[in-house]
Amino acid sequence: MSTISPAHDDHSHAHDHDHAHHGPPQGITRWLYTTNHKDIGTMYLVFSCAMFFIGGTMAMLIRAELFKPGLQFFNPEFFNSLTTIHGLVMIFGAIMPAFVGLANWLVPMQVGAADMAFPRMNNWSFWLLIPAAILLLGSFLAPGGAIASGWTLYPPLSVQQGISMDMTILAIHMLGASSIMGSINIITTILNMRAPGMTLMKMPLFVWTWLITAYLLIAVMPVLAGCITMLLTDRHFGTSFFNAAGGGDPTMFLHIFWFFGHPEVYIMILPAFGIISQVIPAFARKPLFGYASMVYATASIALLSFIVWGHHMFTVGMPAAGNLFFMYATILISVPTGVKIFNWISTMWRGSMTFETPMLFAIGFLCLFTIGGFSGLVLAIAPVDITLHNTYYVVAHFHYVLVSGALFAIMAAVYFWLPKWCGRMYNETLGKWHFWLSMIGFNVAFFPQHFLGLAGMPRRIPDYALQFAEWNMWSSIGAWLFGASQILLVWNVVATIRNGKPAPQKPWEGADSLEWTHLPTPVPYHTFETAPVIK
Amino acid sequence: MHLKHLRALAVLLASLPVSLACFASYDVDIMTPVTPMSRDSYNLHWGILWVCVAIFFIVFGAMFWSIFKHRKSRGAVAAQFHENTTIEIVWTIVPFVVLIGMAYPATRTMIEMKDPSGADMAVKITAYQWRWEYDYQQDGVKFVSNLATPRDQIENYDGPGAPKNDNYLLEVDNPMVVPVGKKVRLLITSNDVIHGWYVPQVGVNQYGIPGFIKEAWFEIDRPGIYRGQCSQICGKEHAYMPIVVDARPPEQYEAWVKEQKAKMPPPPAPAAAPAQVAAAGAPAAAAAPAGGAPAKPGATLTLAELKAKGEKVYMANCSACHQPTGKGMPPAFPALDGSKTVNGPKAAHIATVVKGRPGTAMASWAHLSDDDIAAVVTYERNSWGNKTGDAIQPAEVAAARK
Repeated sequence: MSTISPAHDDHSHAHDHDHAHHGPPQGITRWLYTTNHKDIGTMYLVFSCAMFFIGGTMAMLIRAELFKPGLQFFNPEFFNSLTTIHGLVMIFGAIMPAFVGLANWLVPMQVGAADMAFPRMNNWSFWLLIPAAILLLGSFLAPGGAIASGWTLYPPLSVQQGISMDMTILAIHMLGASSIMGSINIITTILNMRAPGMTLMKMPLFVWTWLITAYLLIAVMPVLAGCITMLLTDRHFGTSFFNAAGGGDPTMFLHIFWFFGHPEVYIMILPAFGIISQVIPAFARKPLFGYASMVYATASIALLSFIVWGHHMFTVGMPAAGNLFFMYATILISVPTGVKIFNWISTMWRGSMTFETPMLFAIGFLCLFTIGGFSGLVLAIAPVDITLHNTYYVVAHFHYVLVSGALFAIMAAVYFWLPKWCGRMYNETLGKWHFWLSMIGFNVAFFPQHFLGLAGMPRRIPDYALQFAEWNMWSSIGAWLFGASQILLVWNVVATIRNGKPAPQKPWEGADSLEWTHLPTPVPYHTFETAPVIK
Repeated sequence: MHLKHLRALAVLLASLPVSLACFASYDVDIMTPVTPMSRDSYNLHWGILWVCVAIFFIVFGAMFWSIFKHRKSRGAVAAQFHENTTIEIVWTIVPFVVLIGMAYPATRTMIEMKDPSGADMAVKITAYQWRWEYDYQQDGVKFVSNLATPRDQIENYDGPGAPKNDNYLLEVDNPMVVPVGKKVRLLITSNDVIHGWYVPQVGVNQYGIPGFIKEAWFEIDRPGIYRGQCSQICGKEHAYMPIVVDARPPEQYEAWVKEQKAKMPPPPAPAAAPAQVAAAGAPAAAAAPAGGAPAKPGATLTLAELKAKGEKVYMANCSACHQPTGKGMPPAFPALDGSKTVNGPKAAHIATVVKGRPGTAMASWAHLSDDDIAAVVTYERNSWGNKTGDAIQPAEVAAARK
C-alpha cells in the first residue's frame, strides 16, 4: 500500500504550484517523518495487515496442534505462548491499529478538516507501535519463550513467567500510550476541526462511533496501564497487590483488568458499527433508517460497557447479588445492539440494493455478528455461563464478534474506500471470492466450537479428550481455509494499487459523505485546505 | 446395472449419517445434567437458545426477503423513508420485555446456586499445578488426584504413540467419591495459581484462588462417573489435570470412606523421636517393601528402596516439567540432571521441594508425604548423571518442614 503514487502524483504536480514545500518527500523519510494523516493512515493499515498475518500464522499453528488429540508438534508451554501472543497480537496489533488507520484516513476527510489536529503526535503514536511489536514478538526469543499465561495475564501465573512478561508489559504500555495519543488526536480533530455547517448530528456515523470509541480508550487504557504496572511491581519490587500472602488478592487483578477489558471489547466493535452504518446505506441507495437513534445506541452501549465487567468473572465466587447485577447490566446491552441491527435491516428494506464486495462483507457482518450477539446473551445469563465459562463456547463467541464482527467490517471498509485512497478499482470477482471463502472457512472453523464448548471442552488446551476430536478436526480445516483465503485480500489490494482500473470520484452510487462528494479520486495529498461549507 | 449402482449409492448416502453417528461423536449439546442446578442451567440454555433462534429467523428472514426483493437488478427503486418513532420505540421495548422473561428464571437459579446452607458434608478442594487434592472435612479422608493417562499416549511427537484410552485425559488415579442424594459443599482454593474446578454435568465451575476459599455445592441425584477438567489456564500442564467425580449410593460411599481411612498413614506424633534418631545415622535396620506402603516409623530406608519408590513419585509429579530424562525444558523448567541444587547440599535440595521457589513455576510440594519427598529427592540425587549416593530419610524431610 506504500505506493499510493502513480495516479496520485499527477495530482500533487497540479498542487505543487503553490505548495511546493508541502509535497511528500520521497523515500523512507517520507514515512519516517510524515505528519500527513493519509500517510500515517496507510502505515497503520500496513502495520495492522502484517500483524494480522503474524497473529494468523499463530492461529494456523494452534489449529495444527488441535487437529488431532495428543501432542503432535508443540510442547504445551509453547502452545500456551501461541494462544497468548495470538490474542495480544490480534487485539493490540491487528484490530485496534486497523481502526486507527481508518480513522486517520477518514476522519479529517469526513469532517472536512485539512489533517488531524496534532500531526506530529500522530506520527509518534504510529511509530510507538513498532518497538512495541518488536518487544512483543521478540519475547519468543527470550529465555523461557513468550509469555504463556493467556492474554488476560492473570496473576499469580503471570508472576511465574520469565522476562518475556516484562517485555510484554512494556509493549502493552507503549501500545496503550499510542492509543491514548491517537484518541486525543481524534477527539480534538472531531470537536474542533469540523467544517462550517458540519454539526455533530450531521457527522457520518464512522466519525460518531470513533468519537465515542476514543473516549472509551482514554477512559480505560490508563486502567490497563495501572493494572500491568501493579503486576510489574508485584513481580520485581516486592509489592503484594495480587498476592494474598502479602494482603493482596488475585481477584482484584481480574476486576481491574476487566474494567479495562470490557470497554476494550466495544473499542473493537463500535468503529465497526460506524463502517457498517455507512456501507449499507451506500449499497441500498437509501439513507440510514435512524441516524439519531444509531448515535444514541452507540453512546448507550459505551456507557453500559463500564458496568458489565463482572460477566467475565461469574466463576470467581462473587456473591449472588454481584453476579445478578452484572447479568442484568449485560443483557441490557442487547437492547441498544438490537436497535442497531433493526436499523440496518430497515435501511436495506425497500432499498435498491447491489452486492459488491463491501456490501457482502457488511451483510456477512450483520448475520454473523448477530450470532455472536446471541451467544453473548446466552453467556450473559450467569447460571448458564457457569456451565460454559472458559470453554470453547466462549472462544466461538468472541471470534464471532471479533472476526466476523470487527474484522469483516474492516474488510468491508478496505474494499469500500480503497478506490478513493489509491484512485484505482479493485477486482470485484477476486473480492467476491475472498468474501465467500472467508465466510465458509470462518463458519466451518468457529461454528463447531459452540458444540465443543457445550460438550465441555476447556479453552487454552493443546490436547483434548477423544469425544472432541471430530469437531476439532473440522474446526482446523475451516481455520486453514479462512487463513489461506486472506491471501486473496492482500493479492487484490496490491494488484489494485499497482494496476487497477482508474476509479471515478464516486464509485458507489449511494455514498454521500464528504470524501465522495467533495474530493477527487484519488484524494490529493492535502485536502480541505479551505474548509468546505456544509449546508 | 445403472439401477444397481444407484441403489448402492443410495444405501451409502443413507448410511452416512448413521455411520458418522456410530464412529464419530459429533456432540452438539450440553452433557446430561445430574444435579437439580445443572438441570436448571441446561433448561435455561435451551429456552434462551430457542428464543434466539426464533428472533434470528424472524429478523434475518426479513433481511433475506429484502435482499431478494429489493435489489437493483430486479428494478427496485429505493424508497427514501427514514426515522419512525413508533417503530423505534417498539423495537426497544419488545427486546426489553423478552430480556425480563429470560432474567427471571435465571435469577432464581443464580440465587439457588449461591446457597450452600444445609449441606450434609463438606470437601475442601485444593488445586496444585497440576493436580487436585480432596480433603473430606467430616470423614477425615484426604488424598491427591492425578491424571492417570500414561505419557506415551499423550506424546505423539514421533508418530501416533500408544493407543489412547477411552477416557483419555479424563481419567485419574484417585477419583473424588461422593454420596448420591447428599448436599456436598465444596470449599475450593489453590496452592499456587488460579485454577478452575469444572465438572459440567454437576454444574459447578468455580475458580480456586490462592489465599482465598470459595464456596460451591452440588447434590448429585444419579450414581455415575462424571468427568471434568481444570477450566482456567494454570500453566504448562493445564490440559492435564482432570477431575473425576464418582457418585455412589450412600452405603457404598461409607464403605469407601472406611477403605480410605485404612489406607491413610497413622498420625505421626509418637514416631517423631525415633525417626530423628534414625536420621542421625542409625544403621539400616528393617527392610521396608520397596515402593510400597509407608515405611514403619523409625525405620531407615536403603538407597535402593528409596530410589525405587522415588521413581514412581517422580514420574507422577515431577516428570511433566523436569521430564523423565531429568533434562527438563530449560530455561522455564531446568534440568535436574547435573543441577547444582540436586548435586549440592541435601538440605537445600529438600527445602526446594518442600517450599518451592517463589516467582518460578517450581511450586511447593509440601502436600506430598515425608516418605514420598524423601524418596523422590533420593531418586533425583542418584539418577541420570547424578551420583551423590545420598539416601534421604523421611525424618530429614520432616525436619525441613519446620
